[in-house]
Amino acid sequence: MRTAAGHPQLVRRSRAVQVLAKLPGAAYLLVLMSVLLTIATPEFFSVANLTNVALQVSVLSIVAFGMTLVILTEGIDLSLGPVLGLCGVVMALLVVAGWPLAVAIGAALLIGAAFGTLNGTLVAYVGMPPFIVTLGAFGIAMSFAMVLTEGNSVTGLPEYVRLFNDGVFLGIPVPIWATAACFVLTYVLLYYTKLGRYTFAIGGNRQALILSGSPARIYQVLVYVYAGALAAVGSFIMTARMNAAHPTIGVGLEFDAIAAVILGGTSFEKGRGGIVGTIVGALAVGVLRNGLNLMGVSTEWQVAVVGMVIIIAVSLDSLRGLNR
Amino acid sequence: MTMQAVRPSARPMKPDLLGLSPDRLFVVVSRLVALTLIVVTLSILSPYFLTWSNLINVARHAAPLFLLSAGLTLVVLTGGIDLSVGSVLGLAACLAASLITGGSLVLGIAAALGAGLACGIINGVLVAYAGVPSFIATYGMLWIANGLAYVFMQGEVIYGLPAEFRVIGAGFVGPIPVPVLIMVVTLIALHVLSHRTPLGRGIYAIGGSPVAARLSGMPVQRRLMFVYAVSGLMASFAALVVVARTNAADVSLGEEQLLPALAAVCLGGTSLFGGVGGVAGTAVGALILALVLNGMNLLGIGTFWQAGVLGFIILASVFADQIVGGRIGRAGGTTQ
Repeated sequence: MRTAAGHPQLVRRSRAVQVLAKLPGAAYLLVLMSVLLTIATPEFFSVANLTNVALQVSVLSIVAFGMTLVILTEGIDLSLGPVLGLCGVVMALLVVAGWPLAVAIGAALLIGAAFGTLNGTLVAYVGMPPFIVTLGAFGIAMSFAMVLTEGNSVTGLPEYVRLFNDGVFLGIPVPIWATAACFVLTYVLLYYTKLGRYTFAIGGNRQALILSGSPARIYQVLVYVYAGALAAVGSFIMTARMNAAHPTIGVGLEFDAIAAVILGGTSFEKGRGGIVGTIVGALAVGVLRNGLNLMGVSTEWQVAVVGMVIIIAVSLDSLRGLNR
Repeated sequence: MTMQAVRPSARPMKPDLLGLSPDRLFVVVSRLVALTLIVVTLSILSPYFLTWSNLINVARHAAPLFLLSAGLTLVVLTGGIDLSVGSVLGLAACLAASLITGGSLVLGIAAALGAGLACGIINGVLVAYAGVPSFIATYGMLWIANGLAYVFMQGEVIYGLPAEFRVIGAGFVGPIPVPVLIMVVTLIALHVLSHRTPLGRGIYAIGGSPVAARLSGMPVQRRLMFVYAVSGLMASFAALVVVARTNAADVSLGEEQLLPALAAVCLGGTSLFGGVGGVAGTAVGALILALVLNGMNLLGIGTFWQAGVLGFIILASVFADQIVGGRIGRAGGTTQ
């Protein structure tokens, strides 16, 4: 029995079992939650509610795409939530002060990329652990957002900003278009460019890459820069939805994004995983939160539940790794 | 989990002055210089700084900060991290405050310590036995403890604790505040534990090289369980002192604790790669941090800057130690 388990090719499995075993945990969670919610609450399986889920998941997915790349390099970015908050604040302040929207968007993207550069450089070139670097950046981004706004929300945004959330193009809401665009962009980057190949390779064995003289570090920095820029994109939709920019709106979003990535089957080890799983993971987190909402569970409990789901998912993943 | 059995150093670690290698000597000297600079600057800028009552105030803030970061230090020495210490403190503080104002002092203290220990044990099981990376296991626990505290408190603020409980946070023995005595006793206990017992040497060995520790027959999993359990317990112990000092508790208490705790450990010179540093350094780190926060208060620098200053301190101290340690771009770069 033990020899057979050690040599997978000796164990004959039907094709269906093989496919099912490869699906990330999020797929099971998503199906299970959807069935349960359809039975338990009549509102769940309605066009209005499902559109609502899709809209709520859009910001989360966009942040989670960047987080996927970071986690594939065996890193983590805890600063994405507060960076999203800061980008939203900067964009809103500039627009309210009368600057053109393009300038405001450019400034927010630059700030997201700047935090990514800081994180990436300290991780790739200085060799500091990613969680400590991005936790430091977490504090700095949060402080900047609070100082800029003196702790208040930025309101009085012009009408057109709301188009980021309320706009409809060809019958589909703008946030869904934005998510789709970010997905395609990330997919192409990850599977058809050098950046993507390095992302997987860094997770596989960074030490060997650097010792062999390849420019792995610059690509590792770029991964963090890309994640920061995507957080800025997410902030536009978030600001439009709230019709205001709150300095702390992003705090905790990094947590949902990490949950989405892990549930989507991306592992903290050896560059295993990918971007397709992440969108399933984001949907699973969105449906989970939506379901808990519909069942009248308070936001605070939801946070605890998502925490438990993360821990269980990672435990299963690493236990599976131990048996491998 | 990539485990690096061998971490060759750029230079050979020759014992030097005071029996310290050059990079450890840098850590000690730079922290003492920082401490002196801060004291000198603040006493020039603020006439109130060098008064007895202000210094007592600083010491009373440093004590719970040290208790919180001392448990975290043990975890970091094994090469792990405990991101949940802040919210475990928050949860324990809420439990203690609510049960003690409800009338039962013993039950309140027991519930707080029990909750902290339970969170720590769960972290330990996940890291040591399930093989979950420590930053993700404890990050999940961060939100679980946060959520539980919210559910338990329902947005309430509890204040007005009995005087016999407040002694541990606000009392005095002669001129010395009780929390400072607690800090000193804990420091000695943990220092002896980590330097004079097989258990403590095991903690350093695991941080130095987990593979070597396991191959040498050390019960690595039980040692890891122990440090995470102690970390949870110390967080709840710190919660008791904080509640006793501030005479109040609400859910937001735990939210602002993680960054200072980590900053104290980093300032204390404990390496995030494990195996180097100790609780004595963390005591100095907690003291420096308490001085910085006190100075910001005295100089009227708004609380909005606080998270940023803490973040900067964490980045700057780890950055400096990386450079001086000659570890640039080698061992790290990925989660351990």
